[in-house]
Amino acid sequence: MPVQIYHTEDTMTVLLGGEIDHHSAKRIREEIDDTAQRAHPDVLVLDFRDVSFMDSSGIGLVMGRYSLMQELGGALKVINLSGHIKKVMKLAGLDRLAVMENGGTGK
Amino acid sequence: MRAINEMKLVFKSRSANEGFARTAVSAFVATLDPTVEELSDIKTAVSEAVTNCIVHGYRESIANVYITAAIYPGGRVEIKIRDRGCGIEDIDQAMEPMYTSCPGEERAGLGFAVMQSLCDKVRVTSKPGKGTTVTLTRQISSRGGDNE
Repeated sequence: MPVQIYHTEDTMTVLLGGEIDHHSAKRIREEIDDTAQRAHPDVLVLDFRDVSFMDSSGIGLVMGRYSLMQELGGALKVINLSGHIKKVMKLAGLDRLAVMENGGTGK
Repeated sequence: MRAINEMKLVFKSRSANEGFARTAVSAFVATLDPTVEELSDIKTAVSEAVTNCIVHGYRESIANVYITAAIYPGGRVEIKIRDRGCGIEDIDQAMEPMYTSCPGEERAGLGFAVMQSLCDKVRVTSKPGKGTTVTLTRQISSRGGDNE
């Protein structure tokens, strides 16, 4: 499961890839949390552009990172959601957390 | 009504098999020439059901997960996902959105809610100590396909 992490000023961007399910979510979560707890970013960006599949494990991943950023006093942004991923996130009402951006809203 | 095509799958309840199971089922359903969205819906629903077998049914111990899938005339697809794990005491509670029996593990508790919104029908039968069967039904707007 490739996870690439970039830092620019106060923003930490995580480029997610592949399929997000119960099997892969644990490692992704650990990698993000380890880095975020050290870097203390003001904004954590989860970029879904290369994610080809996601089930409700992805919802848990986003909700958990939302709580993490609240603890750290920062904000979470979720960007580049394809149709299917957006649909699954909307089922969980994640669009109402106002973290979905750049194609994260609309349809 | 008689199925026009059927398949069976047995695999170990290892989390690595979640991807195998949803991909295998979607490859079977793909013979109906479904839309990309229909296929994603089925893949996701199967992934939720299989994850439930692994996480809840068998509580991470290794045993068999059974899937049967059938295609009926007109493009109706029925997928049964079965485990012989611990079973569910209270099915209504288990199906409530946001309910999860393991809150510490970042499970959103949305597995059944996702299955229900992506399928036409979700039926759950379970016996404590015996196991659980989830039956997913979904109509495919078949654009032909080559099952007949």
